[in-house]
Amino acid sequence: MALLIRTARALDPSEGLDEILNILVEGGRITALGRDIEAPAGGDCDVIDAAGLIAAPGLIDMHTHLREPGQEYKETIASGARAAAAGGFTAVACMANTYPANDNASTTRYILERAREACVRVLPVAALTVGLKGTALTEMGDLKEAGAVALSDDGCSIADAQVMRLALEYARSFEMPVLCHCEDSSLSFGGVMHEGAVSAVLGLRPIAPAAEELIVQRDIALAEWVGHCVHIQHVSTAGSVRIIREAKARGVRVTAETAPHYFTLTDEAVRGFDTNTKMNPPLRSASDVAAIRQGLADGTIDVIASDHAPHSSLEKDVEFDHAAFGIVGLETMLPLTLALVSEGVLTLAQAVEKFTCNPAAVLGYGRARLKAGSVADITIIDPDMLWTLERGRLYSLSCNTPFFGRTFTGRAVYTIVGGTVVHALRA
Amino acid sequence: MELSHKDLLGIEQLTAQEISLILDTAVSMKEVSAREIKKVPTLRGKTIISMFYEPSTRTRTSFEIAGKRLSADVINISASSSSVVKGETLEDTGRNLQAMNPDLLIVRHACAGAPKLLADALPTPVINAGDGSHEHPTQALLDAFTIRERLETLAGRSVLIVGDILHSRVARSNILLLNKMGAAVRVCGPLTMMPRAVEQLGVEYVPCLTDAVRDADVIMMLRIQKERQQGARFPNEREYSRFFGLNRAVLRHARGDVLIMHPGPVNRGVEISPDVMSLPYSIILDQVTNGVAVRMALMYLLTGK
Ligand SMILES: [Zn+2]
Repeated sequence: MALLIRTARALDPSEGLDEILNILVEGGRITALGRDIEAPAGGDCDVIDAAGLIAAPGLIDMHTHLREPGQEYKETIASGARAAAAGGFTAVACMANTYPANDNASTTRYILERAREACVRVLPVAALTVGLKGTALTEMGDLKEAGAVALSDDGCSIADAQVMRLALEYARSFEMPVLCHCEDSSLSFGGVMHEGAVSAVLGLRPIAPAAEELIVQRDIALAEWVGHCVHIQHVSTAGSVRIIREAKARGVRVTAETAPHYFTLTDEAVRGFDTNTKMNPPLRSASDVAAIRQGLADGTIDVIASDHAPHSSLEKDVEFDHAAFGIVGLETMLPLTLALVSEGVLTLAQAVEKFTCNPAAVLGYGRARLKAGSVADITIIDPDMLWTLERGRLYSLSCNTPFFGRTFTGRAVYTIVGGTVVHALRA
Repeated sequence: MELSHKDLLGIEQLTAQEISLILDTAVSMKEVSAREIKKVPTLRGKTIISMFYEPSTRTRTSFEIAGKRLSADVINISASSSSVVKGETLEDTGRNLQAMNPDLLIVRHACAGAPKLLADALPTPVINAGDGSHEHPTQALLDAFTIRERLETLAGRSVLIVGDILHSRVARSNILLLNKMGAAVRVCGPLTMMPRAVEQLGVEYVPCLTDAVRDADVIMMLRIQKERQQGARFPNEREYSRFFGLNRAVLRHARGDVLIMHPGPVNRGVEISPDVMSLPYSIILDQVTNGVAVRMALMYLLTGK
């Protein structure tokens, strides 16, 4: 069936597009855009009245943990995809720390097989080293052929610099992007929160910002030396922002992402010992948050990604020391980012870039665009909707978020994948 | 014409004319090996000592046969039986051997530059039979001889070398020799096995094997050191053979008459699939035969005067 999106503010920064248009979708593709485009005569056509709404190319979250295979009690590919759709995302990249790890082509193919039942596109990221153990390289050529889009040992840093160097070189042989979780675990070992004034009060074991910055520096130096690109995952410190900014100025092929909690919350949030404020890297100081926002504004940080990390009560309703790291984020990322727009940190176009063309460029992913002929992956956003995140209302199987009870402005109201509406808030 | 150096430490020291001289001399030496009585008196009364500080069967045997066909007395010293285990330095070992008046030393050593250390210290000529990842000049010369035998000339030919260029003395010597003789050299393999700035060695790096074999006159496959490097520089044999191994599917992208070479010993099913080794244009055994002739030529040229 055809679909007509009427009078949307069509916004695709990569196409230089920002105007009120009608968008016609037929056969899963955008067939026409224009002021006077109407539904084809005689045929069946759904109409979305998008007056006052923004239509953007389908949003991409390049950092999620979908937990399947192995931890389906936390999340499945299908449930994670529903959470993604509800959050406005038409494509998600899922990290390799599943059980078994996605370090072989069979697991990649299994994930893609399961993804056929998912309502959004799933882009598997495979491991750099076998079992994410940081010693033996994975079959990167085989993984690429199986459909892996990038490589990452996310959750662990490769401790051995020579292994990291060889992993970058081997990945470059197959033109596979490398995504780096940067953490010197000899420094962060045992830590549960940012090292600062709050950890001094709470007596929780600290993680120094240098644990991140040392490896950001190392991986950039290695990437520069071997001539491959690297993407720094979940940047959380002012020092990392400075290092990446300097590297970019030098012409190094480095890109970076941060997650909404790193520009929204500080380590002050940990004071109540809420385990939903425990993540890795940890919530940092106010000056780090300011630096992350500056990095987003000046383009040092290219991508906003959720690091969606579902955990059940088994992992979270325990002592802070024993709790697992991470929070769910797919359903709160867009409004938390729109808050940066209303605060004047980012323009709306910048915010959209950080979810669309920028992550697609990092992954080498042939994403959707707002133009005739493109696959019809479209996210329609109500930038003014006021809503409160209530318990029991998340699509994710897990509910580990510090944002319950928070009132947001802005929300995805329609998520369209290949011309099919997979999420509709108003229907 | 004679060689301008006392020793053969590497291809680097040779001119194109000297390479041609060695290869031309080897042609007549090969003829000796084809006779019923495979021996000539050329080096009668000469003493050749081969010192192998690294295990090797085929290269050591090839030198030994070469010396014996020229009627030289060939003495083999291997690392386990030598004074190296008794703590003697390489230079002292060399001086002790020198005191027995040998006419030629053949040295294989795991350390790059070790044959040069001996050559500088001793008046006796030294042939480098492989030093670390540096050079293996006699292998490159026998490869050149084998190519010349099939294709008449090296100039203008296109040679592809596949595998661990980074650690390969065979590749280094071949690249030097082929460049000096006017052949074009391409290399292929994962970047973990390429030296930095590999193009500065005078080669073109082609990442994908099916692209790399296109229009090549010769494909040289290198041996994978699987015991040393699995996991580190490539994930495993399966993936290596899938992307960098020579098989019939890859050869469909190559010339029908492309020559296939390998310095040996071959890991069947890893760098070369068994069905390729038996193809008529696989000249791996010719290389072994020609090794004797080339080494005879070098022994003659370095001691025979
Ligand atoms: Zn991570």
